[in-house]
Amino acid sequence: MECSAGEFKHRAAQKLGDVKLQAALRRLQDKFVDGRAAALAELDGFDSLADAAAAVRERALADLDGYLLRFEREAIARGAHVHWAETGADANRIVVEIAAAHGVRTAAKSKSMVSEECGLNHALEQAGIRVTETDLGEYILQLAQEPPSHIVAPVVHKSKEEISELFHEKHHTPRKTDIAELCREAREVLRPAFLGADMGISGANFLVAETGSAVIVTNEGNGRLVTTLPRVHVVITGIEKVVPTLEDLATLLRLLPRSATGQAITNYVSLLTGAKGERDPDGPEQMHVILLDNGRSRLLGDELQSILRCIRCGACMNHCPVYQNVGGHAYGWVYPGPMGSVLTPAYQGLENALDLPHACTMCGACGAVCPVRIPLPDLLRRLRERQTERGLRPWRERLALRLWAWTAKRATLYAVGTRAAAWLLARAGGKDRLLHRLPGAAGWSAGRDMPAPPGRTFRDLYRERGRR
Amino acid sequence: MSARQRILARIAAGLGHGAEAGANGAVDGYIERHPRGPVPRRAPDLVPRFREQAERLSSTVLEVPAPGPVPAAVAAYLAAHGLGTETVCWPDLAGLPWAASGVRAAARPARAGDMVGITGAFCAIAETGTLMLLSGEDTPATVSLLPETHVAVLPAARIVPAMEDAWDLLRAERGVPPRAVNLVSGPSRTADIEQTVTLGAHGPYRMLIVLTGEDFDDV
Ligand code: SF4
Repeated sequence: MECSAGEFKHRAAQKLGDVKLQAALRRLQDKFVDGRAAALAELDGFDSLADAAAAVRERALADLDGYLLRFEREAIARGAHVHWAETGADANRIVVEIAAAHGVRTAAKSKSMVSEECGLNHALEQAGIRVTETDLGEYILQLAQEPPSHIVAPVVHKSKEEISELFHEKHHTPRKTDIAELCREAREVLRPAFLGADMGISGANFLVAETGSAVIVTNEGNGRLVTTLPRVHVVITGIEKVVPTLEDLATLLRLLPRSATGQAITNYVSLLTGAKGERDPDGPEQMHVILLDNGRSRLLGDELQSILRCIRCGACMNHCPVYQNVGGHAYGWVYPGPMGSVLTPAYQGLENALDLPHACTMCGACGAVCPVRIPLPDLLRRLRERQTERGLRPWRERLALRLWAWTAKRATLYAVGTRAAAWLLARAGGKDRLLHRLPGAAGWSAGRDMPAPPGRTFRDLYRERGRR
Repeated sequence: MSARQRILARIAAGLGHGAEAGANGAVDGYIERHPRGPVPRRAPDLVPRFREQAERLSSTVLEVPAPGPVPAAVAAYLAAHGLGTETVCWPDLAGLPWAASGVRAAARPARAGDMVGITGAFCAIAETGTLMLLSGEDTPATVSLLPETHVAVLPAARIVPAMEDAWDLLRAERGVPPRAVNLVSGPSRTADIEQTVTLGAHGPYRMLIVLTGEDFDDV
């Protein structure tokens, strides 16, 4: 997927004025934020479980090569093929080659953010392979030709009326208003796509090193269909998704659905290990696992390493006041919200996502809800620092900060300066004691007023109190 | 150098250990030990806990004393829901007296158009009301997936407290997982449209779980 994170400010401004989107985003808060809280309240202790989950992910990362090699060995022993891809383009090429080798003309896909990262659908279409997205949300997006706006609920930005209109237009069926009827219609339209597909493509929520299994966590059952019916099954996933053992998987599975949608468990958790055996009556004849790097290995040993613990639950974006107001599309790449604001600059380049680390109020909610204890606010702050270190901030900001630093280091000058500024701003506040315009910060003051300072500095007050 | 070698070399460099240090004993040793993380307190009675959780996930749970009465219980459920009498079942279960209860059970993998699928289960997990199904020669994965109604039959004694116990059982009885291990918790659902939960996405719309008092081998 093309990265357009550079347009964040412009897009965010648009999204703030989008009435329909605002209504959709409120729904997300009601269902996911409240659902998560209720589901976690039923657990004995979120804290001990989150500590254990973080330890599981850290252990896997600390010996990532070892666990990947063990995964590879087990998967091959069970009849799977394992491929390594350095970039999204490499991964696409591998999928196209597998398709060509097995005469694949149609593919059915379940939801995979990694495949969005690679732009896989486009590459397959270029190679003449028809791809159908089968996750309901992703299917709707494929019809509308839009990217996902949330990693768990990709079509959260659309209302049922919009979806009804879209189905009517694309399926040539009567308009439906009932959500259950819309789901039934999609089921019926998609069934032939599953039954007729030569290739099934899925992501993997986890890879288990112990058994060589790819684990898929879904509710709809489409993940099971695409990994059972087509002749060839291709898993495309990131190298960081490996976990050591089945017990470690159990620990993470207690937190992933609860953090994502407030479910104790999803309807389906499938462990897929190798291709079908000689006596198996069903299952794919070929299983391929593509391990994608695409910038991940560079984060090992880096201050940002902990972002690789991410299990893609979406809790950080659900709880983020910025995401809650601008939605996922404003972020400009596959991953939105706080985790996206770390991943996009990390994978796409700091200079291509300058606004994202600043799209943050430092409220700390994301770090508090993360089930694998990723210190997201710290990582965002670190990215801000890197922008400064690499001279990527605008010259005005740099000049202003340098001026401030120069003054702050000269105590008397600073005292005089602040006193003058406080006096001036108090006068400028007028009768309502509000500043309607701030020179040099028009964007900030266009939508809100700044309370005028009362006219005296902290130093004045401190001195006065000391005398008393 | 291949992509594989380059990726592994970058990982090793990032982690600050030598290339192929990944093949160290720590990895295999940890996997060998596979310690458990924090497991929630075990419910005192497994069957009620399983039942409560499965019902929360919109499944129907019936208990019968032995495998013998299973077909009659299934027939009554199908009749009550107007689901007909044609079913497809795991070859594993073909030996139950289906015909005597008026249920036609074709022992084969499921195909498009099959309306009711009857399966067993390797075990069940009380913590979350989950069934664990293993694919295999006589346990095709499609039967629990393609039909609109999924009926699962298993001995109540196969309910274990937590997922970790199910993994131990799998290791003890099978060694390694078969091609597909499916943990199934209720009928399929989606909340993609307006985050409103709707039952019956791409898998079954409804699910009946029949727990038997005695093991199948005892009949
Ligand atoms: S960063 Fe944490 S909260 Fe956000 S998606 Fe990843 S695991 Fe979930």
